[in-house]
Amino acid sequence: MSEYIEHDKDSISVGIVEKKLYTFAEPPDEMLLESGAKLGPITLAYETYGTLNADKSNVVLILHALSGDSHVAGYYKPEDEKPGWWDNMVGPGKGIDTNKYFVVCSNIIGSCMGSTGPCTINPKTVLPYALDFPVVTIGDMVEAQKALIDHLGINKILSVVGGSIGGMQVLEWCIRYPDMVASAIPLASTTKHSALAIAFNEVARQAIMADPKWNNGNYYFGPKPDLGLAVARMIGHITYLSDEAMRLKFGRRLQDKHDFSFNFDADFQVESYLRYQGKKFVDRFDANSFLYITKAADYYDFEKQHGDGSAMQAFSKTKAKFLVISFTSDWLYPTYQSRAMVKAMKKNGLDVSFCEIEADWGHDAFLISNERLTALIRGFLERVSNETHHENAL
Amino acid sequence: MSVTKPTMKMRYDLQIIASWIEPGSQVLDLGCGEGDLLKFLINHKQVSGSGIEHNENKVAECIEKGLSVLQGDINDEVLDYPDNTFDYVILSQTLQQVYEPDTLIRSMMRIGKKGIVSFPNFSHWGIRLQLLLSGYAPISRQLPYEWYDTPNIRVITIKDFRKFTQEVGFKIVKEAAINTHSEDRFGKVIKVFPNLRATYGIFLIGNGK
Repeated sequence: MSEYIEHDKDSISVGIVEKKLYTFAEPPDEMLLESGAKLGPITLAYETYGTLNADKSNVVLILHALSGDSHVAGYYKPEDEKPGWWDNMVGPGKGIDTNKYFVVCSNIIGSCMGSTGPCTINPKTVLPYALDFPVVTIGDMVEAQKALIDHLGINKILSVVGGSIGGMQVLEWCIRYPDMVASAIPLASTTKHSALAIAFNEVARQAIMADPKWNNGNYYFGPKPDLGLAVARMIGHITYLSDEAMRLKFGRRLQDKHDFSFNFDADFQVESYLRYQGKKFVDRFDANSFLYITKAADYYDFEKQHGDGSAMQAFSKTKAKFLVISFTSDWLYPTYQSRAMVKAMKKNGLDVSFCEIEADWGHDAFLISNERLTALIRGFLERVSNETHHENAL
Repeated sequence: MSVTKPTMKMRYDLQIIASWIEPGSQVLDLGCGEGDLLKFLINHKQVSGSGIEHNENKVAECIEKGLSVLQGDINDEVLDYPDNTFDYVILSQTLQQVYEPDTLIRSMMRIGKKGIVSFPNFSHWGIRLQLLLSGYAPISRQLPYEWYDTPNIRVITIKDFRKFTQEVGFKIVKEAAINTHSEDRFGKVIKVFPNLRATYGIFLIGNGK
């Protein structure tokens, strides 16, 4: 996903927030990963906004996508140029209202945004893990988040919310902890990547691994594979937009010139945009993390892992109330994938709402300020919050 | 509740339908629109209700007001539910727009124990008179379209529907013929010559003869 698509410093915000760290799974009590490998100690970076109510029934857990982090909303310092990546949705009076809900967002393991990942120092070698970091899965990411949630003393989650790869974590939360999760909002997501999505990820990974500076993942003491990572990011950005979005945003317009340069400089605005996005990304993201997280997403197969290949069987183990949302122009996680999810939920008699939002912005649409999306999430959360209180009162 | 104020009153046919629903039951509303009926049933009859609606704006409006609603085509969406999932499956003022009414009603009766169907009565005397005297396809308040832009592809009368239920083997548990006015929010039940005098027919049907 793209990050920080838009921001408005004058708008209402959750204000100054703080990134916190939680470390667990200290040896010898390492966490057993799905691959069979062990990992520990594990640190998770996380942020919380709002106030946990007395009966701890107002927790909304937000799960981020590929390049996201724990910084969902607000600013670290008043002089920060940009707020967190979902500031348009999370804050006082917003769709996920921090006056009502206690919002938690944890960074995923394998990431480079403060949590344990390939760029972390391996305590055994006192060097960065690099490719010695074990391959982690979406399930492993959720197990680590569960440890954090336990640490925060939370045993009931009102809603788990996430888009894209965050949506996969949403599904995983619902199936691993059905009695903890009252409701769930998978946005622009899927139960498994299509061949198309895997193909784009593979081309992106190849771009990184083909960069000589990648050096089999050992680049932490030398030059980084910036070119490879930038190209990987450029590929990503193509998949996050759509034909229509690119036509509207760039068309065939030229960048700062009236005619072609007749060389291989960036002539078109779309070229210049992709180069800019690629360059910007390498300053904040680790190439190895990109490899690990895309691999985890490609491996993810909800129905194979939990239902012997049947989505219907897999969803029979979940209990949450669902709000599934897709976007018309999203060709990376197309609506048919959300509909397949909804179908399996219905066959199990689950409480499910579904809306396909008309939007031009492709997969990125879930991050862009959108009144409809905000209203849907607000309405759904209010309902499940009321129903949960009602059920608890009985 | 605002829905009980006269100005905010629900459509009259929906008021009748609501009066037939047992409290606490499981309800599916096909073509639920903005969710007025569902909201009323949840607030006043403590039902567990969900809806299916094609139009994105209406679906969004429903979810925003806290209803469980799916965006989709009713003809396809009914196929996914297990048998007898609902106590009532409602199809209000949509039957005249359905391409395969018998398939849809059979699906309704598979996933629900009872079905409720309402439709504009095409044999109302006003409609008969228009066709007889003017020779043009009738246009009424209930069916206000020209032949070339109408979404209503079926003409159904109260007698037709009774005959249909007999032929496909469903029993009519309850029926009401109504005449409405003031944007359909007020009305009365027609007992004498309903097929001639009612603007809408409403049927509660069950499985078996």
